[in-house]
Amino acid sequence: MEYSDKVMEHFMNPRNVGEISDANGIGEVGNPKCGDMMKIYLKIEDNIIKDVKFKTFGCGAAIASSSMATELIKGKTVEEAWNLTNKAVAEALDGLPAVKMHCSILAEEAIHKAINDYRIKNGLEPWEDKFSKGDHDHHEHHE
Amino acid sequence: MEGKRFVYMDHAATTYVKKEVLEEMLPYFTENFGNPSSVYTFARKSKRAIEDAREKVAKALNALPDEIFFTGGGSEADNWAIKGVAFANKDKGNHIITTKIEHHAVLHACEYLEKHGFEVTYLDVDEYGMVDLDELKRAITDKTILITIMFANNEIGTIQPIAEIGKIAREKGIIFHTDAVQAIGNVKIDVKEMNIDLLSLAAHKFYGPKGVGALYIRKGVKIDNLIHGGGQERRRRAGTENLPGIVGLGKAIELATEDIDGHNEKIRKLRDRLLNGIMEKIPYTKLNGHPERRLPGNINVSFRFIEGESLLLLLDQFGICASTGSACSSGSLDPSHVLLAIGLPHEIAHGSLRLSLGDMNTEEDVDYVLSVLPNIVQRLREMSPLYEKFMKGEK
Ligand SMILES: Cc1ncc(COP(=O)(O)O)c(C=O)c1O
Ligand code: FES
Repeated sequence: MEYSDKVMEHFMNPRNVGEISDANGIGEVGNPKCGDMMKIYLKIEDNIIKDVKFKTFGCGAAIASSSMATELIKGKTVEEAWNLTNKAVAEALDGLPAVKMHCSILAEEAIHKAINDYRIKNGLEPWEDKFSKGDHDHHEHHE
Repeated sequence: MEGKRFVYMDHAATTYVKKEVLEEMLPYFTENFGNPSSVYTFARKSKRAIEDAREKVAKALNALPDEIFFTGGGSEADNWAIKGVAFANKDKGNHIITTKIEHHAVLHACEYLEKHGFEVTYLDVDEYGMVDLDELKRAITDKTILITIMFANNEIGTIQPIAEIGKIAREKGIIFHTDAVQAIGNVKIDVKEMNIDLLSLAAHKFYGPKGVGALYIRKGVKIDNLIHGGGQERRRRAGTENLPGIVGLGKAIELATEDIDGHNEKIRKLRDRLLNGIMEKIPYTKLNGHPERRLPGNINVSFRFIEGESLLLLLDQFGICASTGSACSSGSLDPSHVLLAIGLPHEIAHGSLRLSLGDMNTEEDVDYVLSVLPNIVQRLREMSPLYEKFMKGEK
């Protein structure tokens, strides 16, 4: 697998690994069956992502995407964080191999889940994303 | 990185070419380049070199030189054996028996035949990767024309009871092929005593060059050609011979089989030192494959809570070459079919690591891996939500 230097750099030195004990938005996505799983912790204050941490079970691309995605949403508004796409994460990593694009979806999905967790906890309507409509193929399992 | 070294522990993927092997090959690129089929004196050296190599392969297997046919590697030998026997014997029946843990060269050849009117039984294996002989007997029907079962598995190293399988096949009059690509040089092979009708091998697994192999075909076995064309290999396999490659194969098999016991003892000692160290230093680790009936250089372990491709990437940063059965490194969503066949759940198969030791390795290599691997596994576990969950659940 040929990864960009940026992917390797984030893989070797992932930013924001860990947990946040007083997180107010948590999202866990993926399925260890497919080889990948990501958990994201958000600390949101005044509609700003004050802190973010993650844990990821997956390949180099999954770990690097998690690292990059958390970097990209840190300090941003909740709306900005919500609008982060996996494409933007992949671009920030100077690209991902085609077979590894699905690994970057994980981060986008986990962020959405954590934000909705935060919204529900705060009595707000969860936002609807393309994942909840089920129009993606990430978890399709070819037996 | 301080103290970093290059450690190659992927001998099951391929090996380096031994110096003695390369030296034998070199003149056949430059001076003795003649086409073995040409009539002039100059080309006779080429012809003779091929026949010498054929004798060496025959000797290593206890076959006759006339029963050895050179191919373009292990995959071609497997394809030839399986498709060639199937099509040549289809008047007798259309049933083939194999296992779920074969190399893709065998599995995909069988799947191809299924599209052409053949029926294939894929035998299960037990948790160690062993075929059940009773199940094999039960799978045989009056339509069975071929049994193809690998000698030793490339991922988990499990060695099958080939002599027993050969006996069953011979008693029933069924042709028996074995993919011995991983076994050459690691297991003593006698095709006569083991009742093997066809056997595939590839030079690059035993310190010979890549892209050259051989198929042993017992005299009298009915088999169609796979590669049609010129009259090389006694009209059985067309194409101008890979002369230097064949010379290299001959030398390599001679070296690999002259002292199998000595080689095994040395490699096994290193392997056991590494394996014991891993099991001791890294908790939540499972050995995949058979504890005893396995290739001397093979280690296949699963580390729970982590994924194999990221493990390989980190090992690579420390100069260590290894492989994994994780789906993430295969580009598909499924982990290795071998690990699934021995009953591993997907997430455990994802955390698999194969270290295959060989002649390149030393005790220093083993100690180096033992100094690096536990930290790498721990580093990935600290990053894993599965590990977090497990540790919280445990407390
Ligand atoms: C068991 C087994 N069979 C077949 C092959 C295919 O051999 P080759 O790569 O030489 O075609 C390999 C090696 O890749 C193997 O390990
Ligand atoms: S997490 Fe499996 S391929 Fe990336």
